[in-house]
Amino acid sequence: MIKKENIDYKIDHRIFKIAVIFIMFIITLIIGISYGSLKINIIDVFKAIFFESDGLNHNIIFNVRLPRNLVAAMVGINLALSGVTLQGVMNNPLASPGLIGVSSGAGFMAFVIMILFPDYAYLVPIGAFIGAIATSFLIYLLAYKQGVSAIRLILSGVAVSAFIGAGINILMTFYPDKVSGGLSFMIGGLSGKTWPDFFSIWPYTLIGSVLCILLSNQINLLQLGDEVAIGLGLNVEKIRRIFIIFASFLAASAVSVAGLLGFVGLIVPHITRLIVGSDYRYLYPATIGVGAITLVGCDLIARMLFDPVELPVGIIMAVLGAPFFLYLLREKR
Amino acid sequence: MLIKASNLTIAYDKKEVVHKININVQKGEIITIVGPNGSGKTTVLKALTRIIKYKKGEILLEGKEIRKIKDKKIAKKIAILPQTRNTPEDFNVETLVRYGRFPHTNWQGKLSKEDKDIIDWAIKKTGMSHFRKNKLTELSGGERQRAWIAMALAQKTEIIVLDEPTTFLDLSHQLEVLELVKNLNKSENVTILMVLHDLNQAIRYSTRIYVMEKGKVIAKGNPEEIISSELLKDVFRVNSDFYEDKRHECNHFIPYKIEREIHDRRNIK
Repeated sequence: MIKKENIDYKIDHRIFKIAVIFIMFIITLIIGISYGSLKINIIDVFKAIFFESDGLNHNIIFNVRLPRNLVAAMVGINLALSGVTLQGVMNNPLASPGLIGVSSGAGFMAFVIMILFPDYAYLVPIGAFIGAIATSFLIYLLAYKQGVSAIRLILSGVAVSAFIGAGINILMTFYPDKVSGGLSFMIGGLSGKTWPDFFSIWPYTLIGSVLCILLSNQINLLQLGDEVAIGLGLNVEKIRRIFIIFASFLAASAVSVAGLLGFVGLIVPHITRLIVGSDYRYLYPATIGVGAITLVGCDLIARMLFDPVELPVGIIMAVLGAPFFLYLLREKR
Repeated sequence: MLIKASNLTIAYDKKEVVHKININVQKGEIITIVGPNGSGKTTVLKALTRIIKYKKGEILLEGKEIRKIKDKKIAKKIAILPQTRNTPEDFNVETLVRYGRFPHTNWQGKLSKEDKDIIDWAIKKTGMSHFRKNKLTELSGGERQRAWIAMALAQKTEIIVLDEPTTFLDLSHQLEVLELVKNLNKSENVTILMVLHDLNQAIRYSTRIYVMEKGKVIAKGNPEEIISSELLKDVFRVNSDFYEDKRHECNHFIPYKIEREIHDRRNIK
């Protein structure tokens, strides 16, 4: 009898943590929307969103802050989900979206467009998306040899990224005067993101989140090692392929909107794992929450810290997130 | 016949490592594959459990070509305890054993009352009841091995395949694991196919032995009959004395000298 209670308590514990994470997400989102160069109180925020159709508050809230914060949340969710998925399918804690070439592919395309075809700068998001997907596909193909082993995929990812990195460096060497545009893409940021950006990213977030949560039982098995997973009747090859496709689309959609925010995909999964453990049935929902909080929160700080000058959110994330992660790491062990 | 492999040839890339071997597993047996390092024991085990693909020949599971059977269906017949596996840091024994029910549940993995009963049974059977809520990383090597066996047991298969289940364990834990295996075979009628390094243990616990050398089966049958001082000399290059283990009514040998001559002669060639 005592044991039974124990089991229930443990499960409740994790669900409780996830609930807290989502409440924190809502709070962060509301703060993110109400704070800025102009502070607007919460009641006015709700009024502006749901009742007003004109006026200063409505313009600021509805046309600027709401979409920007939503985009931040989606970007955070997509990158974090992508990272936590890759860490699971590769069985490697250092896996991140950069590993499957998403960063290098997107970065290269952004540089090519901004430097060689500056008139078509509006094509950067779609170009980056294509570059990201194409590169991860290439890496998968190069790693394929009677199936794809995690280690081969990681190594071919490193090699291809190095090769593409050389391409970016060539462009920067020959066109030093035009580097700045591409550089801001490399750092990543949410400045000026609004509804069209939101509409281009939310379908990936929705579909990705739902599929990840539905397949969490499968990715759990991969954590036990390929041979054990095969023994339990999992088609390891197929599941790994499906998850890599998820991960590359999720990351590519985020990167094409916000540039290369490398940190989220690597660290957020680990922070979340320290909170709820490594069972993906809990880890996935928690990652969604923590990913969103991280980006919305960091973007808020990026906007407020040196107001009216805005910092790129990527810098804030690295400066605050890395020490926070190290703190968690040392506390938990 | 549960498993019947004929003319099985296995290659890594183009290099053939197992050549045209035949292996049969019948219900209720404890079969052990032995042989020197690099003789292909583990490779055969992996092919028989479809972890790696084979090049030629065929493997029949209850008369049906194994490549044509669905993954989950095989997992209901054969449970595997491979050597390479990963232990997530925060998984406890119960969490691990639950995964044994994976082939029996739908894609969401919802456990029925029956599944839960089987999990309880597997944990109890392997003597892990006290450790149910312990993290795997907190357990000793022997306890952890028993937890993995509990997972395999929860699969409720006819065959359990174990790849060197005693490696890295101390003496008492080796004995514990092998006694557990024997007990499962006796009381639950689980057929066992395993690879062991300790030949004396193989003699004592197996009903049949396959001896492999350089990718071929060079002897098979009753352990008493085939493990002889000639075979040990030929295959393992050791001279040994044989004694009778009266308690277990089987042979027991002690190797005393490495047969260097054969080795040296080969090197000169």
